[in-house]
Amino acid sequence: MLNTLKDLRDLVVSLKLTVVLLVFSIILVLVATLDQVNLGVWAVQEKYFKTFVVFWKVGNVSVAVFPGGYTIGGLLLLNLLGAHIYRFKWEWRKLGIWFAHAGLILLLIGELLTGLMQDEYHMRLDQGQTKNYSESYRNIELAITDTTDPKFDEVVAIPEKPLLRLETIQHPKLPFRVAVKAYFPNSLLGMRAPAMGAENPVAVTQGAGTQIVATQRPLTYKENERNLPSAYVELIGPEGSLGTWLVSVALEDPQTFTAGGRTWKMALRFARHYKPFSLTLLKFSHDRYAGTDIPKNFSSRIRLTTPDGKDDREVLIYMNNPLRYAGLTFYQAGFENNDTTTVLQVVRNPSWLIPYIACGVITFGLLLQFGIHLVGFVSKRRGAA
Amino acid sequence: MKRFLPLAILVLAALLVASTLLPPRYRSEYDLATFSRLPTLVNGRIKPLDTVARTSLLVLQGRQRVTAADGRTVTPSEWLLDMLYKPDVADSYPTFEIVHPDVLSLLNLTPEDGVAKKRFTYVQISKNLAELARQSRLAEEVEQPVRSAFQRAVLQLRDSVILYQRLQGSIVAPGVPNFLEQLNQFDAVVAAGVAAARARQAGQPSDAAAAKTLLELTDSFATMEQVGYLLPIPPVTGKADSRGWHNAGAALQASVQAGRLNPAITTYVGLGLAWRGYQPATFNSLVQQYRASLDREIPGIMTKCDVEARFNSSEPFYNAMMIYVLAFLLAVFSWLVWPQELGRIAFGLVVIAFLLSTAGIGVRMWLEGRPPVTNLYSSALFVGWVAVALCIVLERLYRNAIGSVTAGLVGFSTLLIAHHLALGGDTLEMMRAVLDSNFWLATHVVTVTVGYAATFLAGFLALIYVVRGVFTRSLDKDTADALTRMVYGIVCFATLFSFVGTVLGGIWADQSWGRFWGWDPKENGALIIVLWNALILHARWGGLVRQRGLMNLAIMGNIVTAWSWFGVNMLGVGLHSYGFMDAAFWWLIAFVASQVAFILVGTLPLARWRSFSATR
Repeated sequence: MLNTLKDLRDLVVSLKLTVVLLVFSIILVLVATLDQVNLGVWAVQEKYFKTFVVFWKVGNVSVAVFPGGYTIGGLLLLNLLGAHIYRFKWEWRKLGIWFAHAGLILLLIGELLTGLMQDEYHMRLDQGQTKNYSESYRNIELAITDTTDPKFDEVVAIPEKPLLRLETIQHPKLPFRVAVKAYFPNSLLGMRAPAMGAENPVAVTQGAGTQIVATQRPLTYKENERNLPSAYVELIGPEGSLGTWLVSVALEDPQTFTAGGRTWKMALRFARHYKPFSLTLLKFSHDRYAGTDIPKNFSSRIRLTTPDGKDDREVLIYMNNPLRYAGLTFYQAGFENNDTTTVLQVVRNPSWLIPYIACGVITFGLLLQFGIHLVGFVSKRRGAA
Repeated sequence: MKRFLPLAILVLAALLVASTLLPPRYRSEYDLATFSRLPTLVNGRIKPLDTVARTSLLVLQGRQRVTAADGRTVTPSEWLLDMLYKPDVADSYPTFEIVHPDVLSLLNLTPEDGVAKKRFTYVQISKNLAELARQSRLAEEVEQPVRSAFQRAVLQLRDSVILYQRLQGSIVAPGVPNFLEQLNQFDAVVAAGVAAARARQAGQPSDAAAAKTLLELTDSFATMEQVGYLLPIPPVTGKADSRGWHNAGAALQASVQAGRLNPAITTYVGLGLAWRGYQPATFNSLVQQYRASLDREIPGIMTKCDVEARFNSSEPFYNAMMIYVLAFLLAVFSWLVWPQELGRIAFGLVVIAFLLSTAGIGVRMWLEGRPPVTNLYSSALFVGWVAVALCIVLERLYRNAIGSVTAGLVGFSTLLIAHHLALGGDTLEMMRAVLDSNFWLATHVVTVTVGYAATFLAGFLALIYVVRGVFTRSLDKDTADALTRMVYGIVCFATLFSFVGTVLGGIWADQSWGRFWGWDPKENGALIIVLWNALILHARWGGLVRQRGLMNLAIMGNIVTAWSWFGVNMLGVGLHSYGFMDAAFWWLIAFVASQVAFILVGTLPLARWRSFSATR
C-alpha cells in the first residue's frame, strides 16, 4: 500500500508525466485548431477545452476519444504543484525555474478563473441612441414586461433552459402560467401560407404568429452568422388559456396583450445585462487610407452618464483603446448601417490582471534561469580558451 | 598568399555588393530614372512609379522584366509608359501568367500559344473576357475556403485583368480618340463648351458640337475617376497629407470646375504626347521641370521616392540570397578541404549578406515608419535575419563552420520564401485598423518572430547533426557535443522568446478584443511552439532523450514552426488569417515530408551512422 502511494507520488511529480501531458496538450490544441474550420471558435472551446473528456460522434454514438482541456490542464497543475512541493529545493541555481513554474501555476489558475467568471456581451448603439444595458451574444431570454404603469416597467425574464426543456413556468409576478409548446434553437421566419405548406407546428392564436411562421434550422457555427431562436408559448390564466403566441429573436418589436387587467409586452430576445450607467453614441467614425477601402481606424465618441450625475463625460473608444469602467471593459468591435451604428464588445472579467502578473513572473524566471546558464557557459568557455 | 586570398575575395564581394547601390543605368534616350521616381498614391501609400510598375508586373506575371514579341527587353518603367500612353503596344506584351489548363481552355488558348508556355498578351485574353467574367461570378458565389483550384485561378486572372485595365485607364481615358490632344487644348475646349452651354441656356444660338465635346469629355473624366488605379496628382496646396492626392479623373473634373488644367495633369499629358511622338528631348525637359517643382513642394516625399526607387533597383534581398548560397557551399566544402581559408571566406560572406539584408530591412522600416515585421513577407525577412544573427554568434564562439553553413541555409531559404511571398504585390502595405499599433508590432510581433527564428535555427542545426552523422564520417565527438550544446542553447532561447511573444500577444488581445486568450488559430500555433520547446527541454532534463533524441525533437520543431507560421493561415479562419496562400500549401507539405524523412533517418540505429560506426 505504502509502495503504491509512493509510486503514485513519484508519477505525479515526474518529468515523464510533464512530457506526456505536453504531448497531449499539443495534440489537443492542434486538433481543436483544425476543427475550427468546421465548428467555429465557440463550439471548439466547448468541445475541446471547457470539458473533461472530448467526445467524437461515430454514427449516432458519442465516443470518448481524448482527455479534454480541464483534465490535461488539471493534471498539469497537479504535476506542477506536486513537483514544486516535493522536488524543488531552495537553490540559487534553481531560482529561475522556481519562478517560471510558479508563474505558470498562476497562469493556469487565472485561465480557469477567466473561463468560469468571464462574461461577454455586446452593445449596439445607433448614432444618438442611449442604452443602459448590453446584450448577450448567445444566451436568450423570454422577457415579459408589465407596462401598465407609464413611470416604470417591471420585467420578468425567463432564461433559455426552461424553454429548451419545454417546461411550464409559474412566476409570482405573473398572473398566468407560461407553457412552452415548442422551441427552435435556430429558426427562419417567413410569411404564413397554409395552402403552400408554410404552417406553424403549433396552432398560434395570438400576435404575429397568426401571419408569420417559424421554420427550424440547424445550428450554425459560422463566425458571421447567428442562431436566431423562436418559441411557441401558451399563456394560461386562472380562467384558462389566453392564447398561443409565436415569439422569436428575429421579431423586432415586443407583442402587446392584456391579462389580469394589466398591459403586458412579451419578447424573446438576447439576454440583457443592465448597468448602473448609460452610454450614448455621439459619433462613430470609420477612417480609411486615402484612395482605398483599407480601414485605418474605427472609433466611437461616447457620452457616459450615471443617474446620480456623478459621472457625465465624453470618452473615445477606438481600436486598441477600450474604455474600462465599473469592472467592465468596452471595446470597439464593429459597425453597421453605413457607419451610423457602432457595436461595442462588453467584457466583465474580474481576473483580467492575473495573466499580466503570471507572465511577468514567468518571464522573470526564464530570463533568470537562461541568464544563469549563459553566464556559466560563457565563463566556462573563457576558462577553456 | 593563402592569408590574403580570403581577404581579397571578401573585398571583391563587398565591392560587388556596393556596386548594386549605384544609380541604375537606363539604356534609353528618355530620362526614365526621373520618370520612375515620380510619386503616386496607390493602396494608401505614396510610392514612386517604379514600385507600381514592378509590383504590378509581379502580380500579373511573377517577374519584373518584360520581353516583347521581338525579343526586346522592356524595363518596368518603359512598360508602365506604354501601359499609360500606348495601350495597344502594351497589349501585345506577354504580361499575363496563366498556368491552369482549364483556365487556358476557357480562353481558347493552349500553352503553346504563350511565351515560355505560360505568358500571354492582353490581346489573346481579351477575346474571351465575357466568359471569364461569367466564370468569376460563379466562383465568387462559392465561399473562399472551399473554392477549387480552377475557381481560384479564375478569380486571380479576373483580378489581374481588372488591375491591368485600371492601370491603363490611369491617365488616358480608355476608348476616347485623341484624348491627350484634347487635353492639350483643354482651356480652349472647356471655354468653348461652357460658352456653348451658357448660350443655349440663355436661348441664344450655340455651338452644339463644342457643348457635346465637353460633355463627352466630362463623362470620360467621371469614368476615369471610377477606374483610375494611380493617384499621381499631388494636392494643389503641396501638403504632405495623403488625403489630398487624386487620380487623373478626379483632378480633371476639378480642372473643369476651375476652367484651367491641373499643372500635374499638364505634365502627364505632355509626357504622353512626347512618349508617343518619340521626342525624348521634350519628354526629358518636362519630367525634369515637374520634378523640380515637386522638390520645392514636397521635398520629404521626393526623398523617400528616390530612396525607394534605388532600393528597388539594387535588390538587396536577391543579392543577399545569392551570397548566402555561396557561403553555404564554401562552408560545407570547408569541412572537406582548407578548413581555415574556406571557413573564413564563408563566414565573411555570411556577414556581408547579413549586413546587406540588415540595410534592406532598415530601409523598409524607414520607408514605412514601422517596426520590422508588419506582414507575412516581412516576417520571412526577419526570421532569416534573426537566425543568421544567432548563427554569427555561434560561429564566433565555435569557429567550426557550422554557424556559417546554417546561416547560408536559413538565410537562403527564408529569402526564397520572401521572394515568393512578394508575388502578391507591394510588400509595404498599410496596416489594417486592429494591427495599427507600432508598440505592439514592435513588442509582440518582433518577439514572437524571434521565437520562430530560433526554433527553426535549432531544427536546422539538428539537420546538420543528422546529415553529417549518418552520411559522413565527419561528426566526431567534439563536433557532436558542440552541436548538442548549440541546439540546447538555442531551444532555451526559443522557449524564452516564443513564450514572451505569445504572452505579449495575449496582452495585446486583452487590450484590443477583451480576452487574453481566444483559441484563435494563430494564437494556438504560437502556443504549440511554446509547448513543443518546453517539451524538448523537459524531455532533456528528465533524461528521456539524449543527443539523437534532442536532435530529432528539434527537427520536429521545424514542422511545428512551419505549421504555425504558414499552416494556420491556410485554414482561412480566425482573426489572424491575413495571408491566405495556395501554391504555398504544397511546398509546406513537401517541407513537412522532408523533415519527417530526416527524423526517420535520425532514428536509424547508431551502427548505421557512418560517423559513429567508424569510431566504434
